Amino acid sequence: MALPIMAVLVFFLVLPIAMIVVVSFWQATEFSIIPAFDFENYQFLFGSNVTYRVFLNTFKYALITWAFTLGIGFTVAYFLAFHVRSLTWQVVLFLLCTIPFWTSNIIRMISWIPFLGRNGIANSTLISWGVIDAPLDWLLFSDFAVILAFVHLYTLFMVVPIFNTMMRIDKSLIEAARDAGATGAQILWNVIIPLTKPGMMIGTIFVVTLVMGDFITVRFMSGSQSANVGRLISNDIALLAYPSASATAVVLLLTVLIVIGILLRFVDIRKEL
Amino acid sequence: MTTLSRRNVLKGGAAFAAGSTLGAPMIWAQNIKDVTLRQFGTGVSNLNDVANKVKEDLGFTLEMTALDSDSVTQRAATQPGSFDIADIEYWICKKVWPTGNLQAMDTSKIKNYDKIVGIFRNGKLTPESTIAQGTAPHTVGFVEGPDGKGFVDNESGWMTLIPTIYNADTLGIRPDLIGRPISNWSELLNPEFKGKASILDISSIGIMDMAMVVESMGEYTYPDKGNMTREEIDLTMAIFTEAKKNGQFRAFWKSFDESVNLMASGEVVIQSMWSPAITAVKSKGVPCIYQPLEEGYRSWGGGIGLSASLSGLERDAAYEYINWYLDGWVGGYLMRQGYYSAVPETSKNYMSENEWGYWFEGKEATDTITSPTGDALAQAGETRDGGSFQERMGAVACWNAVMDENQYMVRKWNEFIAA
Repeated sequence: MALPIMAVLVFFLVLPIAMIVVVSFWQATEFSIIPAFDFENYQFLFGSNVTYRVFLNTFKYALITWAFTLGIGFTVAYFLAFHVRSLTWQVVLFLLCTIPFWTSNIIRMISWIPFLGRNGIANSTLISWGVIDAPLDWLLFSDFAVILAFVHLYTLFMVVPIFNTMMRIDKSLIEAARDAGATGAQILWNVIIPLTKPGMMIGTIFVVTLVMGDFITVRFMSGSQSANVGRLISNDIALLAYPSASATAVVLLLTVLIVIGILLRFVDIRKEL
Repeated sequence: MTTLSRRNVLKGGAAFAAGSTLGAPMIWAQNIKDVTLRQFGTGVSNLNDVANKVKEDLGFTLEMTALDSDSVTQRAATQPGSFDIADIEYWICKKVWPTGNLQAMDTSKIKNYDKIVGIFRNGKLTPESTIAQGTAPHTVGFVEGPDGKGFVDNESGWMTLIPTIYNADTLGIRPDLIGRPISNWSELLNPEFKGKASILDISSIGIMDMAMVVESMGEYTYPDKGNMTREEIDLTMAIFTEAKKNGQFRAFWKSFDESVNLMASGEVVIQSMWSPAITAVKSKGVPCIYQPLEEGYRSWGGGIGLSASLSGLERDAAYEYINWYLDGWVGGYLMRQGYYSAVPETSKNYMSENEWGYWFEGKEATDTITSPTGDALAQAGETRDGGSFQERMGAVACWNAVMDENQYMVRKWNEFIAA
């Protein structure tokens, strides 16, 4: 039974990754890729302070996006699971959340650009309300814009798993807590949050891996002015430096695996699956 | 018959229709219908209209593939079997020729060879011209023989690329948002335009625009902008990194569409730009000028080269295609987009007097100027930014280039973007 799945995984997942690892030790000139076993790509990567700055920037995006998506995602899921009483309405509202996903990721991202621009809707509205006198330049082509787009794109990846775990919480536990005299805040903190942790963790893994692997959102929303690891890789590929791109990809992969490894030490998500 | 009609055309006679083809030699007129030539290159000249017209005039099939310049370089260098005709820029030729994937072309088979503008033959537009810095086309345009590996500095009769299209690039501005004359490259870093400037994020071209700015600011004079030393690259990048940190740039652009949107939306009022992008902004009804600057233009040129593996009937067809290319129809098409053709005088036959006057001679339009696809680009009374062909191509300060320190430059460019 497991054999076909194994074959598919080996062929489409393990083999390509193994290939990337192999190529990361190769050498490249402008026109040719030379099979070799050389640490030059890694030496350059770890020897350049650009790498550290870019990795730091990538972590910054991941951390801030994670905090916002978790906050918003938890609130939305909580509302759906505990405030909406009828199952029909829960399903209707949940489907409403997924409507933006009927359009492409890139379109949802790019549509922010005219909205946030210097002469965009946001600025002209704020000016007409008299809130500001001059257009706010930092709305677009800034870290603000990048994180806004990330949060918009990825919050649903938090909502879904958290909502899922919340729906499985036995309502009698909450009643018991209330009978024992717990306040609403105490119930939230001592009952709901601990029981929702696996969902939060699954959402976290989604968001962190998506943000750390992204390159196109950062390119468009920062106006190419900021870099993350994905952009380093895409630049290398554009310049035909496949070995160096592979080395960066391997380091990124290991970094993300380590992050997930640490996360999994806190919560056992197996219990939930 | 063919010669006669061509002569009429050259005399500027009314032999429009007759001159539309060179006429394929009869011997292989049937076989040639089965020939398919695969051409690839950058988007500027890989036009479906050209392929359709080839089918109509010459009878064979031309398959076009448009790629960005990095991919073009890669393909020309690494996949010689995947193409018959490479439509590449001269600086790409400098990188690709040593791989031996292209073959030199016999200029005696090129009918309009003598009429190709001097820039591509001896480097001089007029006998008095000085040759600009960078990879000037004639320096990589000739090799010593059919199997020549090294470039030679004379018209050897064996050409690497047959020039097809070229232009002089400068900064684009929004005159309505700037409100004063702009006449120097240094204005790109003028704090007056803080947060409203942009430069293109394509290292090989961006570095040249940067060099024009640095020289214009009086910070440094390069012995050769097209071939900087490591110190010169560091110095150039340092000036721009500081400007970036001070918030001079609104964004960097990588694709044509991005540059159009930045300019049309008013996010940016001054930036490096390509000629058709200006046209695209104008066609949205937004004022935009391709501003001529005192220091001159950064120029680029492209040409078509033949794959080393091309031979026999296919090669004959390719020569026929090249001769057709220089015969004027394509030239007229490209010139009506704002580019220049390698043999302007044949293109003239395919342009109206008004179009020729506006695009080539820098005269006032006498009637509405439209693009090949029918959009109005200029009204009667307007003149082309920068003026005539001689004024624009005569003021080239440097050519797009590939440096010896290219890899170092690319790494520094990545640092600049990440800074």
